[in-house]
Amino acid sequence: MAAITMNHIVKQYGDGFPAVNDISIDVADGEFMILVGPSGCGKSTLLRMIVGLEDITSGDMMIGDRRVNDLAPRDRNLAMVFQNYALYPHLTVYENIAFPLRLAKTPEAELDKLVRDASATLELDEHLDRKPGNLSGGQRQRVAMGRAIVRQSDAFLFDEPLSNLDAKLRGQMRTEIARLQKRLGITTVYVTHDQTEAMTLGDRVAVLKRGILQQLATPRELYENPGNLFVAGFIGSPPMNFLPATVKGSTVELPFGSVEIPAERAERAAGRGLLIAGIRPEHFEDASLASDSVRTGSTFSAKVDAVEWLGNETYAYLPFEAPAEVRAQLEQLEKDLDGEGLRTQLVVSLDGSSRIAEGQDAEIWVDGRRIHLFDPSTGENLTVDHEHAGRILGAEVNSGKA
Amino acid sequence: MMKNRVGTIIGCLLILVWCLLPVAWIISLSFKSEAAITNGSPGFFPADGGGAGWDNYVAVWDNEQFRRAIFNSIGISLIATLLSVIVATLAAYAIARLEFRGKKAVLTIALAIAMFPVVSLVGPLFDMWRAIGLYDTWPGLIIPYMSFTLPLAIWTLSAFFREIPWELEQAAQVDGATSWQAFRKVIVPLAAPGVFTAAILTFFFAWNDFVFGISLTSTENARPIPASLSFFVGADPFNRPASLLAAGAVIATIPIIVIVLIFQRKIVAGLTSGAVKG
Repeated sequence: MAAITMNHIVKQYGDGFPAVNDISIDVADGEFMILVGPSGCGKSTLLRMIVGLEDITSGDMMIGDRRVNDLAPRDRNLAMVFQNYALYPHLTVYENIAFPLRLAKTPEAELDKLVRDASATLELDEHLDRKPGNLSGGQRQRVAMGRAIVRQSDAFLFDEPLSNLDAKLRGQMRTEIARLQKRLGITTVYVTHDQTEAMTLGDRVAVLKRGILQQLATPRELYENPGNLFVAGFIGSPPMNFLPATVKGSTVELPFGSVEIPAERAERAAGRGLLIAGIRPEHFEDASLASDSVRTGSTFSAKVDAVEWLGNETYAYLPFEAPAEVRAQLEQLEKDLDGEGLRTQLVVSLDGSSRIAEGQDAEIWVDGRRIHLFDPSTGENLTVDHEHAGRILGAEVNSGKA
Repeated sequence: MMKNRVGTIIGCLLILVWCLLPVAWIISLSFKSEAAITNGSPGFFPADGGGAGWDNYVAVWDNEQFRRAIFNSIGISLIATLLSVIVATLAAYAIARLEFRGKKAVLTIALAIAMFPVVSLVGPLFDMWRAIGLYDTWPGLIIPYMSFTLPLAIWTLSAFFREIPWELEQAAQVDGATSWQAFRKVIVPLAAPGVFTAAILTFFFAWNDFVFGISLTSTENARPIPASLSFFVGADPFNRPASLLAAGAVIATIPIIVIVLIFQRKIVAGLTSGAVKG
């Protein structure tokens, strides 16, 4: 087991395009680190540089206290689970799991014990004599994991291991991976584009965009204190709402009305003209159901365009008009997030018992304490709590200003 | 439904007759006596007193010239096949996996060589081989066989290699294999169907070749079986021993049937299924 230290890692392809641009991440011994981001953000490239399948253009890759930049994959002692499993189809499940041990010339008795331990852990005992071609997707996935855990590697690397499974199996395997990692206590780097996996599995999560590390923090910190517009929009489902906003004193003027926010936050955003306010859907509520907490929030009235009732909660959609300068920034953000430039609308998550119907004018309460304010030109979060936000791209500059 | 089936059966029979009648006829000839053939023996089964039993086979096999030719053919074909497959495997792997300058040129030139008419090369080769002492030797035939079969083998094999997911090799390397180990333990077993396909094609070419065999040899030193059969004269130069030739031809097809049966078992399609998510 070992820590993995990435120091100013750069990957530049032949055409000069930096797929990974100056990324520094320290993965502590035994930590579960997630690399997440939309497609093309460089997360898989970074993982492949750790394992040695991709050359490093510049920077230092350290495993433990060894610099491994120039070591072949076989000399790095890492185990990897590939997105498509990459099982050896001509070998039985047993031989697939035993493969790394055979290469290491492990004595037969010890090899048999290790393989059977691994197969017992992953409940593969009854399939040991079968070929991968006869296994289901979930079983193949477990064989791939078995091949990874069977030897004493310094770290596990996962490259979107669950993306080929169906939703139900994905959920099961997710908990299985989490349990396994906790039990073995092995340093793990896990690449995914699925934010549920990122939030549930990771001790810390690194959010990447176009080869640049946006924020490195715990899942809770990412959710509550996103460092910029991109992270705010990427983490959370349904995603955070972005509204044009101007700060006057301690109130924020939104398209639907004014909302009172804490003075300390208002101060940081004061005098900056037009801003983007970010509010998570669950920080709204049907005003008639939120009477207890109303003392810290504000209410506004708006026309409800569409309602989706899910039983435990209700999503209501409230369209609004955004000024051109904000809209451009929001469209760019949608593009970064692999989304479509949809209409500007507010998604609010209401209690399931809410009776708000489509076409109605609804009275909505909003929690002013949870509103984030972003600079529309740079995307930086003006109201971020740096104590609880991990490491943010360009944060040194930010804290200087604040 | 019934009609369909009858049609299928009739179709199959027609094709079988079309393909196998000459073979059946040569087998029939090989069991007739020399005299019976000379006198005319139109029936499929030998006429009364015209049958020769196994005599023709025994006579052919007792012939020193014939035994040498069979031995030459087996030896030359097997060596040419083996070398060709080994070289083609390595070359095809490089072509499928590596990016290097002139890759397209290599493939195009290989194809051009395969398309070159054999006859046009026989003359120059005859001269060259005599000059450098390869005339009438095994290597003198193995080299042209290899160069004519390599392009096809390379094309076949590189198609197979391209089908194998690259991740398998990377997985092997992460698991602790050197590039060579990854190639030998993962890639080659998976490309086995391709390797055996290439081997069969190469073997066919070498075994059936007549032009090189007759032009580049002069004695039993290296003369392969197709060439040798044409020199098989028997006792009377004006009366070709048709029954003996037929027996010789039947014997000459046996090795190729054996080889195909052996290799065919190895050609299992879809061996890579299950490696990755399908």
